[in-house]
Amino acid sequence: MIIAERKPITEIKGYLTGHRRVLVLGCGGCVTVCLAGGAREVAVLAGLLRIAGEATISEATIERQCDAEFFESVKKEAEACDAILSMACGVGVQMAAQIFSSKPVYPALNTKFMGTNDGPGQWSENCLACGDCKLGIFGGICPVTRCSKSLLNGPCGGSSKGKCEVDPEHIECGWQLIYDRLRTLGRLDVLEKIEPPRDWSKTHAGGPRRLLRTDVANLI
Amino acid sequence: MTNAQYKSGSNLEKKLTAGHFVVTAELGPPKSADADLIRKKATLLAGNVDAVNITDNQTAIVRVCSLGVAKLILDLGLEPIMQMTCRDRNRLAMQADILGAYLLGIRNLVCLTGDHQSFGNHPTARCVYDLDSVQLIRMVKDMRDRKVFACGEDIRNSKKSEIKEPRMFIGAAENPFADPFEFRVMRLQKKIEAGVDFIQTQCIYDMQRFARWMELARDRGLHERCYILAGVTPLKSVGMARHMRDQVAGVILPDSIVKRMETAADPKAEGVRICVEQIHQLREIKGIAGVHIMAVEWEEKVPEIVKESGLRAER
Repeated sequence: MIIAERKPITEIKGYLTGHRRVLVLGCGGCVTVCLAGGAREVAVLAGLLRIAGEATISEATIERQCDAEFFESVKKEAEACDAILSMACGVGVQMAAQIFSSKPVYPALNTKFMGTNDGPGQWSENCLACGDCKLGIFGGICPVTRCSKSLLNGPCGGSSKGKCEVDPEHIECGWQLIYDRLRTLGRLDVLEKIEPPRDWSKTHAGGPRRLLRTDVANLI
Repeated sequence: MTNAQYKSGSNLEKKLTAGHFVVTAELGPPKSADADLIRKKATLLAGNVDAVNITDNQTAIVRVCSLGVAKLILDLGLEPIMQMTCRDRNRLAMQADILGAYLLGIRNLVCLTGDHQSFGNHPTARCVYDLDSVQLIRMVKDMRDRKVFACGEDIRNSKKSEIKEPRMFIGAAENPFADPFEFRVMRLQKKIEAGVDFIQTQCIYDMQRFARWMELARDRGLHERCYILAGVTPLKSVGMARHMRDQVAGVILPDSIVKRMETAADPKAEGVRICVEQIHQLREIKGIAGVHIMAVEWEEKVPEIVKESGLRAER
């Protein structure tokens, strides 16, 4: 899922300077699961802004902010406000800005990455959405994401005792993980093959990506 | 051998091909447009080594580019080994620089991953890593031997013009002290299969581990498929020894060496002595084709190390 974290309150207050009525809008998707922008976090942030007392704050949370259809229920509420503070990921914020085209929409979160929940309050990045998944080659561990340098042909010289030199306390060497996993699977031979340069045009390097599924589009 | 039979015709290639035990050293470009400092460092190395590595924004700190310094020392009569990292350039910039370097007379190129930008003086920079070092090696080899760019096009200005390819003697680094240990030799093999002609190792202090790594390399016959130059770095001080032991990922520095530095009356002299001893030990290991002296901001000690190691007469 998409992992996000609330911005510092001072930054949020900075955006809202001069606004008199603000809708704090939560999202019921990923950010609810990662405890950053669901109904509970909306209530907390709305409370903090009310204490600050600079604007009238209303609050709402919709099922998902990445889909236009879910905004219907809050349109009236939004109309009455002069700014929207979205607690969705960057995708939801942009959809909200598209829906409420005449009003300023501000982000309350920093969208961090796509990752796993590793325990209470812990998440880590696992996928860069590179558009050309190679997990099948590397034993289910992504070198593009899990190696700090996205190396495809083995670890650099900074791999030590299973840790990445970039942050030995917190980052595991992705290549140590790949090596261990392929050894367990008895497939170390895979690593002898030279992996050719990536086609980065399938990533964002090729411009903002779109997906058109005619099989789905034609159903409607 | 005639010149045409060599891959690049560089002096380094010729000496290694002839079976000489070669000495290379590292010259770190300055963090300013200081040509005099480069000339001074080059003068210290001249006549003592066969070729000089010019580092490429080493430790991710901005310095004079390796191409510029390589040309500068070439004009002073030294043979440069230009280093190129994958951190700062994509495949377009790399190939353009390789063509330019070749035009300027540079014939040796070391292909490196590059230190992560978080260690340097621009930690907020975006890294590139379009290619990794293995892919870079393959690209340089394909430019030389298949005479094609990474995209597959011939290296010629137009369909009617002649192919003019850059011919580099291709080097790489390998670190026997990083993990997973068992993978390090496999990675060397990958680099050889990608097309590397010589490798220079990370600085060696743990002679036992290095000997074990060389044994694994020899088991696979890798010492006969590329020239292996053993890396050494003389220790300047007790502080440096401790720093290398405790802080530098991918370096193993035994406590016994730190202790020698700590108890020495003259730590600088002891550092040089240890380095000379290491070179003697390394020469005894089967499959070592030379040494690579990385005297970090201490180039002035290279002549002494070369002389004391008995390598001077062979230069």
